[in-house]
Amino acid sequence: MKFHLKVWRQKDSHSEGTLEDYTAENIPADASFLEMLDIVNNSLTGKDVPPIQFDSDCREGICGSCSLTINGIPHGPGRGTTCQLYMRKFRDGDTITIEPFRADAFPVQRDVVVDRSAFDRIIQAGGYISERSGSAPDANSVPISKTIADKAMDAAACIGCGACAAACPNGSAMLFVSAKVTHLGLLPQGKPETDRRVLGMVRQMDKEGFGNCSNYYACEAVCPAGVPAAFIGRMNREFTAASLKEMAGMTV
Amino acid sequence: MSNIPGLHVLGEANFSDHGANRLGASALMQGLADGYFVIPYTLGNYLTTQFGKKVDANHPAFEQALKETKAHVQRLIDIKGTRPVDSFHRELGLIIWDYCGMARSAEGLTEAIGKIQKLRKEFWSDLKLIGGADGINMELERAGRVADFLEFGELMCLDALTRDESCGGHFRTEHQTPDGEALRNDEQYSFVSAWKYEGEGNTSTLVKEPLVYEQVKPSTRSYK
Ligand code: SF4
Ligand code: FES
Repeated sequence: MKFHLKVWRQKDSHSEGTLEDYTAENIPADASFLEMLDIVNNSLTGKDVPPIQFDSDCREGICGSCSLTINGIPHGPGRGTTCQLYMRKFRDGDTITIEPFRADAFPVQRDVVVDRSAFDRIIQAGGYISERSGSAPDANSVPISKTIADKAMDAAACIGCGACAAACPNGSAMLFVSAKVTHLGLLPQGKPETDRRVLGMVRQMDKEGFGNCSNYYACEAVCPAGVPAAFIGRMNREFTAASLKEMAGMTV
Repeated sequence: MSNIPGLHVLGEANFSDHGANRLGASALMQGLADGYFVIPYTLGNYLTTQFGKKVDANHPAFEQALKETKAHVQRLIDIKGTRPVDSFHRELGLIIWDYCGMARSAEGLTEAIGKIQKLRKEFWSDLKLIGGADGINMELERAGRVADFLEFGELMCLDALTRDESCGGHFRTEHQTPDGEALRNDEQYSFVSAWKYEGEGNTSTLVKEPLVYEQVKPSTRSYK
């Protein structure tokens, strides 16, 4: 297959970026989007043009590092991650625009590589449990209802890719934060820190410059893990309850 | 770190639910993640607290490491050949896939070692990298890794070649029972092979760590 690419090239975080035109030739229909870029990069190297810098790691949809905006949509058409997008999804001869994830809190570092360490700092502000989770048999000694387990699992599916924030007109990371808060807060091991967690994570999210949610649902539409936006409402309720407790001087 | 101060448990065994869900991908993932970034951060972090005083960046060991790393990076950039790093990575991958998979033989492994040595020579004389070390350069990062893989791939083949028995995931086709099961040789190979790096281009030295069983006797596992 053959494609016309318009790729965002930017030298570093201080420089201005532009869209450059490249041709992707001899691309197998079953190549993934990133493999297509590998092929293009090899040919650019041959022509002494600096290869396009992009992030990737697992290339199987679990690490969340392939942060590309394809034709204006984070992770492109389809419901998976960029690395799980195959070129057969496009038509031969298509023009494809490739940009970085765009959000104020994700500064572009080079080409389509962005700095997503804001997410790491949000996790550090509460996205963990300090309780020892026990050894294998303990998993069976704490019964968890199927409904709760399923819900926690839906939230735990978040891979921290940042597509939600990139898709949101407000640059809000609420879907990501609500997924973490829900996943940990629903399970017994995460309960002791529920209040501290939601307060810490939401405050850090604001500090990083992510916007607020005004119900666009763009996040849910692009999330490769299918995290439902309903978790945002759940997080808001948890946050309100925790702030009230905090104001009342009750330990959180 | 485990509950014994200074004893770190890393890789497949580092999780509390070991044996319950540490199968296949999650165990491999743990090995990869720990090897790639958890070990360097946790061990470094632990060691810095062990000297009683702050070690600063002017320490001669630090300066030497920095100098060596810079020289290594520059050496990669200076090759200025014709082949992109991706082509070396793929060629090496195919060699390992063909000759050092689950089933391997002395003949195949010997051939693989020759092929890798040849490929390594080519890598160090014909690699083409665009751009320098002054900003993000994924090709450069990958070249550094492929240089390591070329060393490590050869060592993997050498390790598989010297272990002249079948054992678990190491299936030497010369050593199998009549019905195709792995045939161990506990008398001669009851040891862990640790390899000592002897510097670039030199063959690593085998250090045997004997496996001594006092309570249990190793037996043959049968899935039948
Ligand atoms: S909620 Fe979905 S889109 Fe947002 S970071 Fe998690 S996986 Fe990515
Ligand atoms: S590279 Fe890991 S999710 Fe795409």
